Amino acid sequence: MNAIFNDLWGFISTADNWRGSNGIAARAQAHLWISFVATVIATAIAFPPALILAHLGKAPVLSVGIANIGRALPSFAVIALVLPISISLGFGLGFWPTCVALVALGIPPIFTNTYTGVANTPAALREAARGIGMTSPQVVMKVEVPHAMNVILTGFRISAVQIVATASLGALVGYQCLGSYVIEGLAQPTRARDRLLTGAVLIAAMAMIVDFLINRVEGHLTGWRSRLR
Amino acid sequence: MTTNPGDAFIWWEWITRRPGEIWERTIEHLQMTVVAVTVGCVISAALTLIALRYRWTLGPITWIGNLLYTIPSLALFVILIPYTGLGFLTAQIALVSYTIQILVRNMVAGINSVPASVTEAATAIGYRRLHRLWAVELPLAAPTIIAGIRIAAVTVIGLVTITALIGNGGYGAFINDGLNRRFSTPIVLGGALSILLALGVDALLMLVQRAATPWTRRRLRPRSS
Repeated sequence: MNAIFNDLWGFISTADNWRGSNGIAARAQAHLWISFVATVIATAIAFPPALILAHLGKAPVLSVGIANIGRALPSFAVIALVLPISISLGFGLGFWPTCVALVALGIPPIFTNTYTGVANTPAALREAARGIGMTSPQVVMKVEVPHAMNVILTGFRISAVQIVATASLGALVGYQCLGSYVIEGLAQPTRARDRLLTGAVLIAAMAMIVDFLINRVEGHLTGWRSRLR
Repeated sequence: MTTNPGDAFIWWEWITRRPGEIWERTIEHLQMTVVAVTVGCVISAALTLIALRYRWTLGPITWIGNLLYTIPSLALFVILIPYTGLGFLTAQIALVSYTIQILVRNMVAGINSVPASVTEAATAIGYRRLHRLWAVELPLAAPTIIAGIRIAAVTVIGLVTITALIGNGGYGAFINDGLNRRFSTPIVLGGALSILLALGVDALLMLVQRAATPWTRRRLRPRSS
């Protein structure tokens, strides 16, 4: 136990390991950056159609299908598959292949939760909104979205945390991130145990921090619910 | 039907030449999934019993389940290596820890969704606590519990592929092989088989649920993650 902790602490507390293009700082930053970009793109792709389809009450089967496919999709295969495709199309390695795979993994939870949240708006609420003269966009933005906000944010949080976790696998296709420590460490598990553990602990910490932060935002944005009761 | 693996995205001949290996990996993948989900069910059932008996433990149990669920599987595999080595046990601990949150949430929700009037009626005609749980609440909660098992099984099947990085893997071994050799056919094969297995197991469990609870007529309704 102690030896393992010493390995970890030895690596993390050495200033040189933080500097440079392969340092902890640069890799952590790259890890966060790609996760951020992928989450934003996934949201931009998944959120608007889910909102519109759910408002119109269309395509419930599509929603269930996307949720099931999303869970069944192995992130390892997605990220591995992007590599040969990207090479054959001439995009090479690194940021974009990883990002495409992360976006694909991020879409299902956001789509499904947005759809479910909005579709489950009580009919009485919708009719009341219509009754006081709201237009369709107003019903969506002022009634359905606020009502579904906590379900929507849960989907967003699941996506973001999954993206942060899976970005580690980007190291397999040449993207320098916290996962690179794990991949380098696994290549020589006895000699590079310190790198291996550092990578794993930092990835876990980053996922938990992102989870925690979005949870706080969730609490903040849906605080009005508890004030209503 | 090309003979040049460098150019073709899928080289069918490579696949058709390996029925034995594919079968072997299928068994391995299923084995890892069944062990992880079964152990996960046993642990989750115990935790659910504790949470139902002593209500104050539900908070901490949920919190720990969420924590284990949030830790990326790759990180958890790696953190466990110094203790349990590269292999089956390490993979299983990480896979099982992933199922707890899903299973406990559904088990507790299922039992809690049993109407109070039903449990009161059961108590009134003389059911004791455990007997009532087994004979009344469990059957009524079965659809929700099996829904949880479906989600857990499908998730685990996807995660098993990652265990290829620590020397296990089922279909993940194909993916790892393809990555190492920059060869797309095994990656497509491993990914596609993993998805098919997940959808197959999901459908099978759905049939089990229908057979076990014939009084439910499920409507198709969207569910959140």
